[in-house]
Amino acid sequence: MERNQLRRQVALTRQSLFDQGFLDDQFIQLEDLQDDANPNFVEEVVTLYYRDSARLINNIEKALSVYNFLSFPSLLDFLVQQHFYIGAKKVKAECTLFREYCRAGNGEGCTRTFQQIKKEYATLKGKLEAYFQVLFHLMLPLSSLISQ
Amino acid sequence: MESNGFSSPRNDSFPAGLRVLVVDDDPTWLKILEKMLKKCSYEVTTCGLARDALNLLRERKGGYDIVISDVYMPDMDGFKLLEQVGLEMDLPVIMMSVDGETSRVMKGVQHGACDYLLKPIRMKELRNIWQHVFRKKIHEVRDIENLEGVQNFQMTRNGSDQYEDGHVLCGEDLTSIKKRKDIESKHDEKDTGDYTSTKKARVVWSVDLHQKFVKAVNQIGFDTTSLSCFDGAMTSSVCLAEVGPKKILDMMNVPWLTRENVASHLQKYRLYLSRLQKENDSKNPAGGIRQSDSPLRDSAGSFGSRNSINLLPSDVSNGSYRFSGSSLVVHNEDLRSHDSDQKRLVSTPLAEPKRTLTVDVPNPCIPRSSQMEFGHPLAPPQSELDFGAFDSTFPTKYPWCGIPEIQPKKKHDPLHLNGGFSHPPLPGQKQHTRVHCPQPAPAISCALSLTERETGFPVKVKPSYNEYRSNANHVSSKDSAVDSIPFQTKTNMANHQPVEPISRSTSSTDNQGMNMNCITELESSRKNINLGMPLFTTLEEDLQVCWIPADCYTNPGLQNIEISELFDRGLIKDETVHLNDELRFDYEFYDPTEYSLIDQSMFIA
Repeated sequence: MERNQLRRQVALTRQSLFDQGFLDDQFIQLEDLQDDANPNFVEEVVTLYYRDSARLINNIEKALSVYNFLSFPSLLDFLVQQHFYIGAKKVKAECTLFREYCRAGNGEGCTRTFQQIKKEYATLKGKLEAYFQVLFHLMLPLSSLISQ
Repeated sequence: MESNGFSSPRNDSFPAGLRVLVVDDDPTWLKILEKMLKKCSYEVTTCGLARDALNLLRERKGGYDIVISDVYMPDMDGFKLLEQVGLEMDLPVIMMSVDGETSRVMKGVQHGACDYLLKPIRMKELRNIWQHVFRKKIHEVRDIENLEGVQNFQMTRNGSDQYEDGHVLCGEDLTSIKKRKDIESKHDEKDTGDYTSTKKARVVWSVDLHQKFVKAVNQIGFDTTSLSCFDGAMTSSVCLAEVGPKKILDMMNVPWLTRENVASHLQKYRLYLSRLQKENDSKNPAGGIRQSDSPLRDSAGSFGSRNSINLLPSDVSNGSYRFSGSSLVVHNEDLRSHDSDQKRLVSTPLAEPKRTLTVDVPNPCIPRSSQMEFGHPLAPPQSELDFGAFDSTFPTKYPWCGIPEIQPKKKHDPLHLNGGFSHPPLPGQKQHTRVHCPQPAPAISCALSLTERETGFPVKVKPSYNEYRSNANHVSSKDSAVDSIPFQTKTNMANHQPVEPISRSTSSTDNQGMNMNCITELESSRKNINLGMPLFTTLEEDLQVCWIPADCYTNPGLQNIEISELFDRGLIKDETVHLNDELRFDYEFYDPTEYSLIDQSMFIA
């Protein structure tokens, strides 16, 4: 029963991520890849995503601070790619917008959008972490059962 | 990493077990892609750098079936990697990128990508990548079967030594023939027209096939009409106009051959003959014509030799150039008309200063020696020619011979000739030596100047026929030639052309004086070489054999000539441009500025 509840919770959390537009189909693709051989595949990928994205966002922030717009496109590309991989919808959208502003040379727009990116990224990260937490708990009883 | 060897189960349960090499600088994506591919039951090897990928591919020849690479990578442009793989390993390459802009996709296709996928890639797209591998195999098999069919046919029709030899040669190793065919002129392709495209089914103008062609041509009356026409390079074409491809095709009676194949072959043949005729001005034209047979046979022989060369287990040893095989092969054919051939060899150096650069490819056989261990499949009666001397001495005297490694041309089959005699062959480059050994091997002067380019472009070694061809004392002259002339190998990247390895003999370190020397001798030697290689007329025609990027050579003069020829040719135009691109950006160097600009334009929501 507890497990059922957990399962329900996981499903709801997951669904909300989609409903609220945080994640898209790509995430489902990732989930499809997960199997017995790689039970934590999705989580591993998302962890990698956190790592790379954080780094990229930092770089962009630095570049922004010195108004080094030239490096943006490549940085952004990488960043967007990351979001692509895991299907981070909202962050992706913000990144795209950011790119547009960069191209247009709209400094203010760039800065503003970048803040949005950071915000969305933080939000997504929080949500994903919560999701994985619940997932982890769902797995727990099973493992404990097995151990017994 | 790759764990299985060649005997993967894929043959049984294709496409399962397909061996995929993935190259991408993004570790997250690599992980995802690896998982996806594994889900398709493929065997996956991942690489974060293009360099690593190339090393892996070289180390394990035949260890991978297909390569998937990102376009944007830090150490090398994805397109360059694409070309390299196509050239060296002849594997299907799939490009992937977040950028799906048409121009990028087109560039990918132009560089030889068999597919271009947009990230993020779906599973279903990956499930289908095996078709590229399969398609390629089919084409290769088909070509080989065709070749076999032709040869068998020839065998039944003719019991001549030539055919036997050719048959022996061809039968030995079809894979080398197959590789050689990659070098074949693109003209032979039915759907040729895009010289940058890769991996087309090519007609392999084998010894036997060529013989049939020649017979047909002669029967149609070529000899009578062309005789009078041989007074200029271009006139021969005109005179042969009456000899139509259709007629030849009908007469050859080869079912799988098309009119276009014959037409392009005929074109080359014409040029070859015209060149030949120029040299033979003093000779009896009839004899010359007849000689044309032998040169053709030479070419056929060259095919044979080529085949043999390819077939021979390449010893891609760097240093030992066992030339003898090729010369043997060549001689076989020639022997019939040795005298005349010989004379021709010695005769008129072609006064085409520009042409000097192009040492016939056939001659590069020598450079190709790395592969060429011709185990003497044919026992050429070299007695008549100095070739014998050449042959025997060659291996010993020309250590450099073994140097160049000739890489089979994949899409473009560039020849990778390893550096000059003093340099060790490039690792992993020795693939198949597609040695298009020029028939008159002896004609190939030893003066191969090899300078390896680090770019990794296939190097074309051009032997400078320096003295070699000149005469009886070939051996001695060769020696001196070898000693005196540094080798400079040019890498030929050109994809489009049937890659006949073009060897350029230019003295790398030496000076202009040397070069000039080489040039004149090259001319004559080239002529000699031409004798045997009508098929390589493409090279001759343009002298452009060198599809070498302009900056490859230290000798600007020669380079300029080459380049201009290249452009004139038009064939390599794209390649040249591309090469220039590389030159500009130093193919390994990924230009961030360019990239960022591209990014800006491409990345849309």
